[in-house]
Amino acid sequence: MSILALHGLTQRFGGLVAVKDLDFQIEEGTIVAMIGPNGAGKSTVFNVITGIYRPTAGSVEFNGKVIQGRKTSDIAALGIARTFQNIRLFAFMSALDNVMTGRHSRMRATLADALVRTPFAVREERLVRERALEILRFCGLERDAHSFASNLPYGAQRRLEIARALAGDPKLLLLDEPAAGMNPIEKDELIALIRRIRESGVTIFLIEHDMGLVMRISERIAVLDYGEKIAEGPPEAIRTNERVIEAYLGKPA
Amino acid sequence: MTLTGPRKLWASLDPRLKGFVILGLCAFYPLFDQNPAHLNFLADACTFILLALGLNIVVGFAGLLDLGYAAFFAIGSYSYAMLASGQFNIHIPFWVMLFVASAIAAIFGILLGAPTLRLRGDYLAIVTLGFGEIVPQTFLNLSQWTNGPNGISALDQPVLFNYRFGLQTLPYFYVGLALVALAIVVVHNLQDSRLGRSWMAIREDELAAAHMGINTTKAKLSAFALGASFSGLAGVAYASKLNLVSPDAFQFNVSIFVLSMLVLGGMGNIYGVIAGSFLLSSLERFILPQATIFAHDLGFSQIDFSNFRFLMYGLILACIMLFRPAGLFPSRQRAAELTAGKTDETIAAHEQSMYTEAIE
Repeated sequence: MSILALHGLTQRFGGLVAVKDLDFQIEEGTIVAMIGPNGAGKSTVFNVITGIYRPTAGSVEFNGKVIQGRKTSDIAALGIARTFQNIRLFAFMSALDNVMTGRHSRMRATLADALVRTPFAVREERLVRERALEILRFCGLERDAHSFASNLPYGAQRRLEIARALAGDPKLLLLDEPAAGMNPIEKDELIALIRRIRESGVTIFLIEHDMGLVMRISERIAVLDYGEKIAEGPPEAIRTNERVIEAYLGKPA
Repeated sequence: MTLTGPRKLWASLDPRLKGFVILGLCAFYPLFDQNPAHLNFLADACTFILLALGLNIVVGFAGLLDLGYAAFFAIGSYSYAMLASGQFNIHIPFWVMLFVASAIAAIFGILLGAPTLRLRGDYLAIVTLGFGEIVPQTFLNLSQWTNGPNGISALDQPVLFNYRFGLQTLPYFYVGLALVALAIVVVHNLQDSRLGRSWMAIREDELAAAHMGINTTKAKLSAFALGASFSGLAGVAYASKLNLVSPDAFQFNVSIFVLSMLVLGGMGNIYGVIAGSFLLSSLERFILPQATIFAHDLGFSQIDFSNFRFLMYGLILACIMLFRPAGLFPSRQRAAELTAGKTDETIAAHEQSMYTEAIE
């Protein structure tokens, strides 16, 4: 069964059609990439999935449930986590607090629990803290737990965003250009991390410009150009697809 | 740095306990000094500490700039004046009114918060500023209920186990201390909680916070409500001690006075806020009058420093901005935010070195 299904998804901004009649499915447990030239509408697709935009037409189904038009926080609680193209960490909170915040939707302490610091809230805080440290270790950030997010080196900030996203035990993880600005070593580490995440049972949907990385890691690739899906298939098929080459390089004269 | 002996013990204490120790020591103060004017000042200082701690939740934790906080103080005070006096012949006991007034203030906090949820920064500040003007004006104009500019007087005096507070100052001082102790515990609890973390996340990046599953609407409204409830407590303490409420006690300058306490002490840091609040209260009520007396003794009989108090606030705030922009006792976050330029540079340097590596 597909974990995420987009049916006839269209997103218009005034006269601009950012995404046009997009049909796309993601199977559970796979690594899927979406590629396309700048401005093709890839990030818009993510923003529609996470509820920042309400699509002009079409539907988004997650685990068989229609989710478009719901609040971003509700969608996150259903099990969709994401990272951002330009890092959006909580800059002046520690790495640990960032990850603990990521677990917000899995916590139950209420306002009353917070006010009087009930044993339940104290225990929950302790468990979440332990879990957050575990996730930081999983992402290779255990030594940075108490540094402010803004003080971490760039590559570590990218990984911290992933750690924060994982803290909510998502079923689907959306990665928006996770390798942007990374050097080759950092990219190798990232690939290993993404594979480990998939092995833990999380489906991964990523947007990426780095073709080497996309080809190495993805099982399926969708190509977007001017908001339309022009190709979809396994990496080998995409590599040789004429429409894709045309979209990236232009028509032969 | 390794600490030894008592200092180590002190550092290992829970911050709530530290607050209790300090307040416990303050409780002995009246043994040494029974001057009613001094005790009166300290009781008022407690009121303003409550206000500052409440505003700190809204501005310091959640990052929502509120320039009309005095409105909630007015609502708390008038709640007591209307529900515990001969005004309508309703006489709810002081101790019950503490809860009732903070609940009323919290409801108004939500009423103000709800329409402003989409606003941030300057825009939010302007709306709250308007709210701060509307509320005292309303109390002024609803004269059939509030006696307009004359205010409501002859409020009920608190009674504790048959002990009537009357017009003494000492019991109000202890009530003030107890309320501050309560506030310190509550604020600490909030800060260390799931809710406190979501406020900070919203302050840092609201969109990212929503992606963590934080219902930003609920979190912001609870910040407004809880912040306002503190000023409900402060209002009851203030009104019962003064025995009179009138609209001119809740003007715009009160909102600014409380906000200045946060800026001076260090926004977001509980003990910084308390220190800033105490310093500004003492400046207004104690240091400037003393300086005036001193000047008169020296023969400058026409100088009255109390007339310079806004000049003094301005000077102090300007100096803080220049020399300690995060306040006297900043929270770790604020201190880092205000030196952020430097960390951005280090990240930029890292990126630069990475790109050169990649090219090579």
